[in-house]
Amino acid sequence: MNMQQSITVRGKDRYKSGVMEYKRMGYWEPNYEPKDTDVIALFRVTPQDGVDPTEACAAVAGESSTATWTVVWTDRLTAAEKYRAKCYRVDPVPNSPGSYFAYIAYDLDLFEPGSIANLTASIIGNVFGFKPLKALRLEDMRLPVAYVKTFQGPATGIVVERERLDKFGRPLLGATVKPKLGLSGRNYGRVVYEALKGGLDFTKDDENINSQPFMHWRERFLYCIEAVNRAQAATGEIKGTYLNVTAATMEDMYERAEFAHKIGSNIIMIDLVIGYTAIQSMAKWARKNNMILHLHRAGHSTYTRQRNHGVSFRVIAKWMRLAGVDHIHAGTVVGKLEGDPNTTRGYYDICREEFNPTQLEHGVFFDQNWASLNKLMPVASGGIHAGQMHQLLDLLGEDVVLQFGGGTIGHPKGIQAGATANRVALEAMILARNEGRDYVHEGPEILAKAAQTCTPLREALDVWKDVTFNYESTDAPDFVPTPSMAV
Amino acid sequence: MRVTQGCFSFLPDLTDEQIAAQVQYCLDKGWAVNIEFTDDPHPRNTYWEMWGLPMFDLRDAAGIMKELADCRRVYGDRYIRVSGFDSSHGWESVRISFIVNRPREEPGFRLDRQESVGRNIRYATHSYAASRPEGERYADQ
Repeated sequence: MNMQQSITVRGKDRYKSGVMEYKRMGYWEPNYEPKDTDVIALFRVTPQDGVDPTEACAAVAGESSTATWTVVWTDRLTAAEKYRAKCYRVDPVPNSPGSYFAYIAYDLDLFEPGSIANLTASIIGNVFGFKPLKALRLEDMRLPVAYVKTFQGPATGIVVERERLDKFGRPLLGATVKPKLGLSGRNYGRVVYEALKGGLDFTKDDENINSQPFMHWRERFLYCIEAVNRAQAATGEIKGTYLNVTAATMEDMYERAEFAHKIGSNIIMIDLVIGYTAIQSMAKWARKNNMILHLHRAGHSTYTRQRNHGVSFRVIAKWMRLAGVDHIHAGTVVGKLEGDPNTTRGYYDICREEFNPTQLEHGVFFDQNWASLNKLMPVASGGIHAGQMHQLLDLLGEDVVLQFGGGTIGHPKGIQAGATANRVALEAMILARNEGRDYVHEGPEILAKAAQTCTPLREALDVWKDVTFNYESTDAPDFVPTPSMAV
Repeated sequence: MRVTQGCFSFLPDLTDEQIAAQVQYCLDKGWAVNIEFTDDPHPRNTYWEMWGLPMFDLRDAAGIMKELADCRRVYGDRYIRVSGFDSSHGWESVRISFIVNRPREEPGFRLDRQESVGRNIRYATHSYAASRPEGERYADQ
């Protein structure tokens, strides 16, 4: 398919009034070589029955850049060829008849510097509702260095976060306060204190804890900060609690963030549902106020989970690194939420590496240079427990926040015991790994040995020993291990 | 109380053999190992005193263990920590840090609260050990 020639109509015939196929209007340029400064998007295109795949892919390029349904003479008032997005490659999706990977290049001048809202309004704008397509998914993007450099990036970044917290050499430990809803401020602070004193580094508001009748936000903030300071004094360690400042308006969010800052919190959180512009605003605020910014990806599964339609989470992760959050939930692999191991690995690399090489088996389609933009700490949360520590360390590495909500608060001897169990399990595993032991296979043995001198860990291992979530993943990469000329 | 800063404070105190294994891990990664000590373990006390410079060129854990033994001889009544420093681009900071020596008694911290308007409280964490002048903080031991 890539051997085709351009069929673009040129000269004055191109601008005759009427309807012309997108692939003849200049949106299909199989010989185009993307420039280093181009933004590249990879879409999975599923055309309606009877629609020519090349035409469908050209239409995606057209509708996400300059085109409308008919020829317009006003194109001739512009450098139209530069502004047209160019689909330059169409491949059938392996093992998925009727779907095609379309590679589309966009000139840098199509985008406002430093604006996720502007980028996304083009790339995932009208085009997702385009009738000739059954389904459309944005799989990956290559963001040129020239564009990356127009963004602030993570307000704090992994290295500075670790320096501020004085915590090195191991994953950070957190827990989400449960129950998610209904606790009063005073009771809520109790959970925070117990978990932090027991050995966790962070506790966290859940995504839907904002300011409800059972607990208004100021109550929560004040009791939480008392708990954080008490736990710091009790342990001699820096502690934090993600105060969720998500609210109905920017003014409300700023008010809550300012208050968190005033009472001495080192971290706040926001939900993905506040929108890209609000996220960028909060990231700038966080940089200005020495605040770590945690992002809970509430809502993402509505568009990331199904393979044929929506936006891959790897793209969301890239946008969030640009937008400037410091933490992002990126999957656990072994926990209760969706997460194919290879796909999840791809997300983690996007958050943490300076350079991502193309790696189809991880769903990474492009080389991505992050140009020294800060690294962002992935967070593993949802259905994980101390007994999985060796797997978590192996799959997710060291620069990650491991969040055990139920796995801390559900401990039979209470929250402090749950926190201690997790911390001891983690430290024992890091010690063993650094000693060069085969900790992945000897994991259960290492944990059992650590439990000999730590009753809370022994109890945790007994309670949750058989808990796993083994379900078929709905979002695994589609690739052929060795490149071949697919026909 | 037990100060739980560093990577391994929730485990029983490391033996010298265990410390040497962690040091070797740092050296194998190409990190510079540093020994520091303090008699004020306040969580915001970033700059502990350095026992000499970070050992950028030392490639053998035994050499570092000897330095640690010397440091313990002089400052065995204080906190001593070992850290591994990675100078590679994009990190250029500490990669691991853990406590290898503690005073026999760890008096811990007092939390001071200053009540202010609107239920706000200014918190201050006070190291009990720091009530005495530097150098005399664990003199009884």
